[in-house]
Amino acid sequence: MGGVHPEDQKQFTSSLAIEKMPLPEKVVIPMQQHIGAPCELLADVEKIEKGAEIRTGQKLGDNKGFVSAPVHSSISGTVVDIGQHSHPLGVKINAVTIESDGMDQWDDNIKPNPDLDKLSPEDIRKIVREAGIVGLGGATFPAHVKLSPPEDKPIDLVIINGSECEPYLTADHRVMLEKTEEIVFGLKAMIKALGADRGIIGIEDNKPDAIKVMEDAVAGEQNIQVISLHTKYPQGAEKMLIYATTGRVVPAEGALPLEVGVVNHNVGTAVAITQAIRQGKPLVERTLTVTGSGIKEPKNLQVRIGTLVSDVIEYCGGMSESTVKLVVGGPMMGLAQPTPDIPVIKGTSGILALTDEDVHLVESSPCIRCAKCVDSCPVQLLPTTIAQVTEFGDYKKAEQLNALDCFECGCCSYVCPSKIPLTQWIRIAKAEILNRKKQNK
Amino acid sequence: MFEISEKLVVSSSPHIRSSDSVQSIMFDVMVALFPAALMAVLLFGYRALLIMVLSVTAAIVVEAIWLRKRDNFLGDGSAAVTGLLLALTLPPTIPWWTAVVGSVSAIIIGKQVFGGIGYNIFNPALVGRAILVVSWGGYMAGDVWALPQPFAFTADVSAVTGATVLAAPQEALAHSLPEIFIGNIGGSLGETSALALLIGGIWLIYRGHIDFRIPGGFIGTVFVLGTIFGGGFYENYLLTGLFHVLAGGVMIGAIFMATDMVTTPVTPQGRIIFGIGCGLITMLIRLWGTYPEGVSFAILLMNAVTPIIDNFTTPRQFGGEVRKSA
Repeated sequence: MGGVHPEDQKQFTSSLAIEKMPLPEKVVIPMQQHIGAPCELLADVEKIEKGAEIRTGQKLGDNKGFVSAPVHSSISGTVVDIGQHSHPLGVKINAVTIESDGMDQWDDNIKPNPDLDKLSPEDIRKIVREAGIVGLGGATFPAHVKLSPPEDKPIDLVIINGSECEPYLTADHRVMLEKTEEIVFGLKAMIKALGADRGIIGIEDNKPDAIKVMEDAVAGEQNIQVISLHTKYPQGAEKMLIYATTGRVVPAEGALPLEVGVVNHNVGTAVAITQAIRQGKPLVERTLTVTGSGIKEPKNLQVRIGTLVSDVIEYCGGMSESTVKLVVGGPMMGLAQPTPDIPVIKGTSGILALTDEDVHLVESSPCIRCAKCVDSCPVQLLPTTIAQVTEFGDYKKAEQLNALDCFECGCCSYVCPSKIPLTQWIRIAKAEILNRKKQNK
Repeated sequence: MFEISEKLVVSSSPHIRSSDSVQSIMFDVMVALFPAALMAVLLFGYRALLIMVLSVTAAIVVEAIWLRKRDNFLGDGSAAVTGLLLALTLPPTIPWWTAVVGSVSAIIIGKQVFGGIGYNIFNPALVGRAILVVSWGGYMAGDVWALPQPFAFTADVSAVTGATVLAAPQEALAHSLPEIFIGNIGGSLGETSALALLIGGIWLIYRGHIDFRIPGGFIGTVFVLGTIFGGGFYENYLLTGLFHVLAGGVMIGAIFMATDMVTTPVTPQGRIIFGIGCGLITMLIRLWGTYPEGVSFAILLMNAVTPIIDNFTTPRQFGGEVRKSA
């Protein structure tokens, strides 16, 4: 049901092996790179202040709140600045700027953990939390929270999301091809932490090579299965993926996958968990795709967190003059940026420089009620109707039309022949409905 | 490199758009109507071509005049679609000026007075047709219709006439069903050839502009009611049902008129109800009404209740409980 088939535009990078970007000269580490409470700078305990000498993997900020994840330095060097810095979310956020000493000296406290057999579920959660691991697909929800389900909601299934349904992006594809074994290990660790019975790895069928290597890697595993999914955006959206792989329907109105006994994680998250357990490595680097018609040399890159997007683009040959949009994330759900002077954060799955060829900026015209948005909506809403009532300020009606169930996948705006920014109208409706709910409390 | 940032557009996601546009959809509809238009010329000769050209031209010109103050006054192609659709519902014997009057009425009264494309309540082509039926009923429908003279382009089509098969069903027996399917019977320009219309419908479904719900509901209802109540003048009741589907305007109505995007429901369930409603009213008029044919009025009536249908058929959201009272 629903969904769209955009041109996938993955051909630029899908066959390029992951390249390690050389250490950047400086990194900017924001105190918030996750959903939840922002980190506080460890100014007292760890003496994180201007001029401090920092090692790679050293913790810079943390928060005692449960829904939060610590941040670590991704290089070794000297703190040159602490203060507000532009952030991919479009706001300024407190960040630590570190100038590299070029040595990449790792923190002494980083050492391998015992074998998975010897770790308890609680140990695994602690390792994951301390490593600052969040959902690397882009949602950036702290991973240890998803590994700690409430006692009355048993989890029987862990789904690893290898669908990578966003056009242009190929980082997860490459991770599956090149870090296959680490994904399987990470999945086993999650199954153990959750006390689940089995795991599924869901991959869209436009990546037959990834399906093949993953299938080979789990051949000996009784309780792990690779499922090939139809290529359709947004196949990798949590609820869609669960439905496609198991037929289970996560209830509407904000319910979580754990209601149906499932926890989802991205392939990149699985690799990060593996590295945290095996090497004790905190999350200081990630794989991302740099592409779009405006990028001279598209690449899949392994980049230290905190590297400036401008440095990444420069490493990829620069951005062409005809670039009209710089997007962090995928073209369907990513955020357009006013400047490349922002750091790569934990959730940065891609950097896209899009030209006119890619984006087709056009004026919108009146709705012709073609219902293509209705047919494309994966959660079966009426986007055009919600947009219309929102335009007239009827937020009550928008709420009755379940605007809050929209997860902003962008299908409706994508298919609209009148080029109406439907997703944006629904975002406005959602914000206003939530706002009014807050005021009524 | 940083100077470039001033040129960066910052807008809400998604950042890519499909290549579909209102214009491309209208172009696809014109392509879909081509087989029916071609059959009209093959069956009814140069008069068919004249009526179509006049109707399309009048629609484009009057819309351009109406929108003259806008940049894109030539429009999005929807006027051409309206003009052609109207022409295909006119009898071949109609005086040329009625096509022009119908087309101008379709654009002005059917569409522009409501605010233009997207805002009209009724199918513009059918509004134009209804105005002609009410004003010049004698030209629009009669008991006697010109019969086609295939490939006789210069012949006078009005020379050979026969009773309309819908008014006098026993006449139907003079034509074999395959003949009716191909369209070699009397009728409006574009409605007689079910074959040509089906080809166009398949194209529109393939292009994703219509789905089976409205045509399926419409044609299915006509077939069922025609089989049960149609009078059984064929040896087999099912053939009578099929006759009701193939004769008259059901095919062009179900595939091209009842699927007009602007004037039909957006909800999936609503589209089925709309189709069934069209079929039901068509058969009520045909079997028990005073007109031999009821397709256009059936669709216009259902156009009028489209907002109500949409309102009562809001789909349950993915994972949703029983629908809340809206």
